Amino acid sequence: MSSQVKEQESKVFALLAEYDNPAKLMKAAKLVNRAGYTKFDAHSPFPIHGMDDAMGLKESKLGWIVLSHALVGFAGGLALQVWASSIAYPINIGGRPFANIPAYVPVTFELTILLSAFAAVFGMLFLNNLPKHHHSLFNSENFQRVTDDKFFICIETEDGMYSEEETMKFLEGTGASHIEQVYE
Amino acid sequence: MSNSGYVKEAPLVKGNHTFGSITALIADIVEKPTPFWWYIAFGVSNLLLGLLFLMLGYLIWEGTGVWGLNNTVAWGWAIINFVWWVGIGHAGTLISAVLYLFRQGWRTAINRFAEAMTIFAVMCAGIFPAVHVGRIWVIYWVFPLPNQMQMWPNFQSPLLWDVFAVSTYFTVSLLFWYVGLVPDFATLRDRVKSKLAAKLYGAFALGWTGGNRQWQHYEKAYMLLAGLATPLVLSVHTIVSFDFAVSIIPGWHTTIFPPYFVAGAIFSGFAMVMSLMIIARKIYGLEDIMTIDHIEKMNIIILVTGWMVGFAYIMEFFIAWYSGVEYEKFAFVNRATGPYAWAYWIMMSCNVIAPNFFWFRKMRRSIAVSFILSIVVNIGMWFERFVITVTSLAQDFLPGSWAYYSPTWVDVLTYVGTFGLFFTHFLLFLRFLPMVAIAEVKMVLPQADPHYYDEEGNEPVPETETTNEPNSNA
Repeated sequence: MSSQVKEQESKVFALLAEYDNPAKLMKAAKLVNRAGYTKFDAHSPFPIHGMDDAMGLKESKLGWIVLSHALVGFAGGLALQVWASSIAYPINIGGRPFANIPAYVPVTFELTILLSAFAAVFGMLFLNNLPKHHHSLFNSENFQRVTDDKFFICIETEDGMYSEEETMKFLEGTGASHIEQVYE
Repeated sequence: MSNSGYVKEAPLVKGNHTFGSITALIADIVEKPTPFWWYIAFGVSNLLLGLLFLMLGYLIWEGTGVWGLNNTVAWGWAIINFVWWVGIGHAGTLISAVLYLFRQGWRTAINRFAEAMTIFAVMCAGIFPAVHVGRIWVIYWVFPLPNQMQMWPNFQSPLLWDVFAVSTYFTVSLLFWYVGLVPDFATLRDRVKSKLAAKLYGAFALGWTGGNRQWQHYEKAYMLLAGLATPLVLSVHTIVSFDFAVSIIPGWHTTIFPPYFVAGAIFSGFAMVMSLMIIARKIYGLEDIMTIDHIEKMNIIILVTGWMVGFAYIMEFFIAWYSGVEYEKFAFVNRATGPYAWAYWIMMSCNVIAPNFFWFRKMRRSIAVSFILSIVVNIGMWFERFVITVTSLAQDFLPGSWAYYSPTWVDVLTYVGTFGLFFTHFLLFLRFLPMVAIAEVKMVLPQADPHYYDEEGNEPVPETETTNEPNSNA
């Protein structure tokens, strides 16, 4: 695209360092984390085991989101059935109690699962700040290979520790095969 | 033997693949020119789909009288096909969720494929109970809404449980499938040459950047979905079996039904995955990913679940005798010797006898045997549902009301038509979506593990060639 024009008028979003394999990425992520950067991320074509610790990430909160929705699904499903069959319009079915709890288990269970699954998917998207129409990293030509076979670390200029020269020098020492500035 | 009890696992991906070659192998199928056979297959599927619409239209216009049902046998092919298709779908969830929880790396080769199969199979299944209600225009009565008399649906009815179970199952399967697809959509977004295609794949990729801050939540979501889908898939076929077991018809009213139905579902589903996979791996040259080891593992599961089903058949018979209930005893003896004995023995030979070929390693690793047996198993499982549904109804308590059930041409053509629905979707899936989970296959390559590399982060020097494939006598 017209990256030449763009580069002149927009400001730098991040420094993007490229690595050849997961081991080098992991090593670099450890160094970046240890150096004290916070607005950085390690991009890879697949999740890498142990990367959360290398980057110093806290555990995902997704489980709590799912649990809360599971409870809503459970309570709501049960309440719907009890209310509909014993309060809204009680019907005598074969002489069974109006609120026949054991018979309500299947529907309650399904609704618990349904709401939990929605929470898992949409909660994940929410925590990941997705869907997103565009991301500044997509301006980098090299970054297209992040979904193929290349590994990247990006340190955003917003990071408190960021300084154009020092960060560049620091990244050069992490075993990167290529470093570039990515514009917004 | 010389390795002192240490059995070397066969590599999950054959050939010397790199991350890049995996991407190319799978993602480029979408970019390559469509093979000629695809158009032929798609044309035939579309014709069958048209046939399905015709049959459904005719059914809705005329009423369920166009089916072979009679006063005695009120459930026929529609219910059989429903249970059969739902059962097929279950293997997809089993492969994607249960094998994921058990950390079975070999699932990555087939899970995308199997999940797609699940979704399309459940679509085929859902049609039958929906049109079986007869008055499809009041189908909203099954939803938790008050009708025109302010009455609510009966939440104590297994048929209503079924509505919740199957619709939840379809929704969750779709979500699970889509979540798995997101990183692969991003791969296609970054790879396809056409601008329009890149935009479309990009829209479905939701702006995925592959950052570990995304992968972290993504992995958690995937694990939670697997954990949710596992009890779900068991509950769905349990509830399907409740449609029968909660009634008091002899031969239906048994507590063995839920586990027996679930085992049967896995059995037939794996067979269906096998049939589809054997064709696809050949045509698209995916033998390195869907290896003969995968086929062998699936055949072992078919053998195991086949025997679970066989055990259930025998146990049902035993309990019918042991219970001392006349009607129950009659129902089972009648199955094996009565007017539907032909169906019973087809079921027995396809489901209990045929899978025993898989005791032999040679058979398990033979493509031809695997393909033929996978078809045989699915025929057998269709007949299982036929035997359960029809024999119990045709001869119940009162000999005066006994009747013989045969399908009409509408029954047959509707069933044939659902294959059109299934394969139309499946062919579109093969054509436009990555049929193997690209990111997940990369994860099971040895290079994906940071410990694979040396201290400096460089590739280790490859060992001698002979250790690469210890048992490639495929």
